[in-house]
Amino acid sequence: MNGVHDMGGQQGMGPVQYERDEPVFHAWWESRVYVLNRALRAWRKWNLDTDRHAIELLAPVDYLRMSYYERWLNRLETHVVKYGLVTKEELESGKAAPGSAKATPALTLATSAGWLSRGIPSSDDPRVRPSFKVGQRVRARNINPLGHTRLPRYARGKTGVVRRDHGVYAFPDTNAHFQREQRQHVYSVQFTASELWGDGASRRDSVYLDMWDDYLERV
Amino acid sequence: MAESDKNSIDRRDFLKGVAAGAVAAASPGTMQAQQDHGHQVVPSDLTLRVKALESLLVEKGLVDPAALDALVDTMEHKVGPRNGARVVARAWVDADYKKRLLADAPAAIAELGYRSGQGDHMIVVENGPRVHNLVVCTLCSCYPWPVLGLPPVWYKSAPYRSRAVIDPRGILKEFGTQLADEVEVRVWDSTAELRYLVLPERPAGSERMTEEQLAALVTRDAMIGVARVAPPARAGDR
Repeated sequence: MNGVHDMGGQQGMGPVQYERDEPVFHAWWESRVYVLNRALRAWRKWNLDTDRHAIELLAPVDYLRMSYYERWLNRLETHVVKYGLVTKEELESGKAAPGSAKATPALTLATSAGWLSRGIPSSDDPRVRPSFKVGQRVRARNINPLGHTRLPRYARGKTGVVRRDHGVYAFPDTNAHFQREQRQHVYSVQFTASELWGDGASRRDSVYLDMWDDYLERV
Repeated sequence: MAESDKNSIDRRDFLKGVAAGAVAAASPGTMQAQQDHGHQVVPSDLTLRVKALESLLVEKGLVDPAALDALVDTMEHKVGPRNGARVVARAWVDADYKKRLLADAPAAIAELGYRSGQGDHMIVVENGPRVHNLVVCTLCSCYPWPVLGLPPVWYKSAPYRSRAVIDPRGILKEFGTQLADEVEVRVWDSTAELRYLVLPERPAGSERMTEEQLAALVTRDAMIGVARVAPPARAGDR
């Protein structure tokens, strides 16, 4: 979706605000939000792409006003109800419904180390054919889906060159909505700064974007 | 997407209610204790909301508090830019290791014992006199956790995410990194599942240093690509 989260190339956001010796978490609640997010995803009621999309669904004004982990907290409260881990009444009261069954945590101390080292599955599955070759000129499709996508607006319609084939990954645009993984090749595509930003940009500079097969078309 | 529109509206109304309830539960003075994260304001009712949510999830058996504590400990103490600095220092002193690192980063990083989620598909890009690399995620906050830990607030912020791709040289200047016009800037917008680490240039004056001493010179910012590694005398500036 063309949300406020898609920030590449936006202007007027001000200077970078740097904090020296920044702590990993700024407050106790931030660390709990971070780990609750990981512990609840272990229930497999939703996936990484669903998580990312939920942040994009925040109202733009809320997205810009909230701190990073406040967005995550909103997502947690939304997801636990939406995907049936707790009821709306339980979330509002902070108490389990009388007589409700007690579950066994999906993520325990014993499994937590393993969960942390679980990566995002990819493969070199030869049955999934690449549509493009390294060195080929390609154009990023001009798509404007209402759902989740990882094709930034600033690249749409722009022409670049495939520099690397990263192998096969689940397609976020469908996976976020539980519409199958549609595994496909992901490529590193080089876009020159002048292609993206016009004649005023440095002629030497480039942006490299990792693009799923379905984001690209032949030139 | 009519379905998700409907859900998001329901959710917003619902969350407004939750937030109002939490504010009402807080003492009148707590709204004064707002923290300022850049231009974003963090209300103090967040601690209450998180406590309420965690205690509910524990009561329902959905999360294990010991596992939560272990995960916090890992993120605060076991991963972080010191890991990446060791990778960089090894690459500086061992040409064969550097070759392996640039060809197959996950395997080379695993040689030093680092491996966890968000780091399986690592790519290491090398800075030199003619090329400068810079890493961003314009869509969210993708970052190589096993070697750099969790990203700093500025990396996840609107100013950095918006400008890194359109004005990388301006961003670099803000970080005190001046580049000659003839240097090529490569910005890596990590919007897929690949994660990028910059291998900075080894600074002048570090020729006689040990691998351990070199690792102490390497900063997080240099491995994101917003800064260079300062020569030994100036190390610790940032």
